[in-house]
Amino acid sequence: MSTDDTVLSMEDVSVEFEMEGNLINPFSKTDTVQAVDSISLDIPSNDVVALVGESGCGKTTLGKTAVALQQPTAGSVKYRGQDIWEARNSRNPSIPYEEIRQSLQIIHQDPGSSLNPNRRVRAILSVPLKRTHPDLSAEDRESRVLGMLETVGMTPAHDYAGRYPHQLSGGEQQRVALIRALLMNPDLILADEAISALDVSLRVDMMDLMLDLQDQFDTSFLFISHDLSNARYLAEHSGGRIGVMYLGEIVEIGPAEEVVSNPKHPYTKVLKWATPSIDFTSEVGEMPVRDIDIPDPVDPPSGCRFHTRCMEAREVCREQSPDPVTSDGRQQSAACFREYGDDHPYWESQPLE
Amino acid sequence: MAEPDQHTVARDQRDPGEDNVLEMRDISVTFDMDRGVSRVIDNVDLDLKRGEIMGIVGESGSGKSMLAATMLDAVVDPGQASGEITYYPKDGEPIEVLDLPKDELKRVRWEEISMVFQGAMSSFNPTMKIRGHFKETLDAHDVDREAGFKNAYRLLSDLHMDPKRVLNSYPHELSGGMKQRALLALSLLLEPEVLVMDEPTAALDLLMQRSILTLLEDIQEEYDVTLVFITHDLPLVTKLADRLAVLYAFEVVELGPTRKIGERAAHPYTRALLKSTPNIDAPLEEMRPIEGESPDPINIPTGCSYHERCPLADELCVESDPGREEIEPEHQAACFHWEESAEAIPLNYEIGGDGEGK
Repeated sequence: MSTDDTVLSMEDVSVEFEMEGNLINPFSKTDTVQAVDSISLDIPSNDVVALVGESGCGKTTLGKTAVALQQPTAGSVKYRGQDIWEARNSRNPSIPYEEIRQSLQIIHQDPGSSLNPNRRVRAILSVPLKRTHPDLSAEDRESRVLGMLETVGMTPAHDYAGRYPHQLSGGEQQRVALIRALLMNPDLILADEAISALDVSLRVDMMDLMLDLQDQFDTSFLFISHDLSNARYLAEHSGGRIGVMYLGEIVEIGPAEEVVSNPKHPYTKVLKWATPSIDFTSEVGEMPVRDIDIPDPVDPPSGCRFHTRCMEAREVCREQSPDPVTSDGRQQSAACFREYGDDHPYWESQPLE
Repeated sequence: MAEPDQHTVARDQRDPGEDNVLEMRDISVTFDMDRGVSRVIDNVDLDLKRGEIMGIVGESGSGKSMLAATMLDAVVDPGQASGEITYYPKDGEPIEVLDLPKDELKRVRWEEISMVFQGAMSSFNPTMKIRGHFKETLDAHDVDREAGFKNAYRLLSDLHMDPKRVLNSYPHELSGGMKQRALLALSLLLEPEVLVMDEPTAALDLLMQRSILTLLEDIQEEYDVTLVFITHDLPLVTKLADRLAVLYAFEVVELGPTRKIGERAAHPYTRALLKSTPNIDAPLEEMRPIEGESPDPINIPTGCSYHERCPLADELCVESDPGREEIEPEHQAACFHWEESAEAIPLNYEIGGDGEGK
């Protein structure tokens, strides 16, 4: 986990989208949604970062920005020190854009639709090999493909290589997508809800495989999930971090174990409540949020963006926005006034009703 | 609710002391296919008690959606459902669901037994406002619009939504969580006795899933409805459900009060399922995936259908199929070796609270 060896570095990255034809507010011609708001995040080589948050919190946009599929509207994204978007537009970058693109790979939530339905597994997996190893003979390529299929437990490999995607189960399709990404020799793989579509009992399997391959191939993973327990499984096994996102901001980030066992931000606590744990004793109980729905990102709340749902919110949270702070020698930081110490005006402020 | 009336007499003869709202006996569903006959529900017996929340849990391909469809006699052609499903209205004669004529069946669905199908969120007509969907349902069942919409307003606000805004929205203007709640309101609109939900929260993120569970708990009490919650996600329902039915390879292999299953899960499959779930509080090392895959409906193993994946399986399990037997009051499991399962498959969680089940 050395920081000199940073694969990817995002600095004050913002991504805005413009929405036209809004029905709710006819007075504004275009609305902007700030999907990602001034986020800085470094990903060292061989590291795992898991981003968690609700739908619409910006985690997918941030992930796509990290692997150069989305251009930020502000801030910089650097691959090994080279600004990615400069590399694309410059004639003479220190690292060619093509090479950067190849080093940053993605696997999607729905593997079925990301694999070409008209091509057999053998053909699907030969494409990246032809690009990364143009000199390989057809036989060598075939044996690499079969070897990879065996590595991920798809045996007999010959049989699987001859199948079409629809002849594979969801888990097998996801494995093929994972192999295809790995064959590009990437430094970073974005796994966007990559296991969410799998049955619960298959998820642990798939995560174990990802951890194995991450170790074997020295790849970093940026793992996106709405499920804190999956994020924890991957990040904790690999000594990685968990970042919690809410309405375009990272509200808490730190070592997986600390974030899960001792969450600081009220929103992280809410996510932890929402994580199914095998519990036969209690009732479902009350919701620990004041509002069930995430606010409209077109018009985010003032101050701390979570204040409209936070049970701990006070007047000051409506007026001011807390910056992330790290408390008492821990590595985890949270953006909440409750972490600012006992003398912060928060404690004197009126609770919101 | 358990007040005896003239119809409970017949009921008591079948099942003394129980107030069941739905009784399923020997339910099988078969499909004739080129490869052979595919049996996607295999001799299932299951009762629903009035006012309970029943959780039905199984992997993909275990037959859980088919079981749900059978409860409303909604198995698609060329599927054939056989057996007996008896519905006991609060007042009125018992109804044999599988024998109903078409028009009567249409009335029973929605008005008596309602259903939220998997992926139904996307079944909203994208060109029609939510209000239109409510109107259609009321009209199709000849319900007075004014009274119907009064009920809709109440349901929508009980589901934490602004009724006016939701009714005036097109489906695409609502988030997934709101669409799903609007659909729940729609399925409860005609005040059914039973609501069967097949993966009602599957496409939503966890916070919305859990929030909907809290709402369902409130809804069940307030509207006095029997809920069936079908899911592949066991920990999702452990807090919600009063009883659990575990489905494996088209059969109910374990059935009992949730708390008892939590403390003394008897079937090796149930125990493996409990163990395989990522649990935020369990030590990482103790989570183990279940080896192997669930069987193909055409090729169900002989004997106990779980024997190929089961660490306790022996000759007996290969040769004969264990029936479901009572292992303690109200708790049944279909396993020859259930007494050894606790030792062979230890669980990785602690039951909190004060010991004894409810």
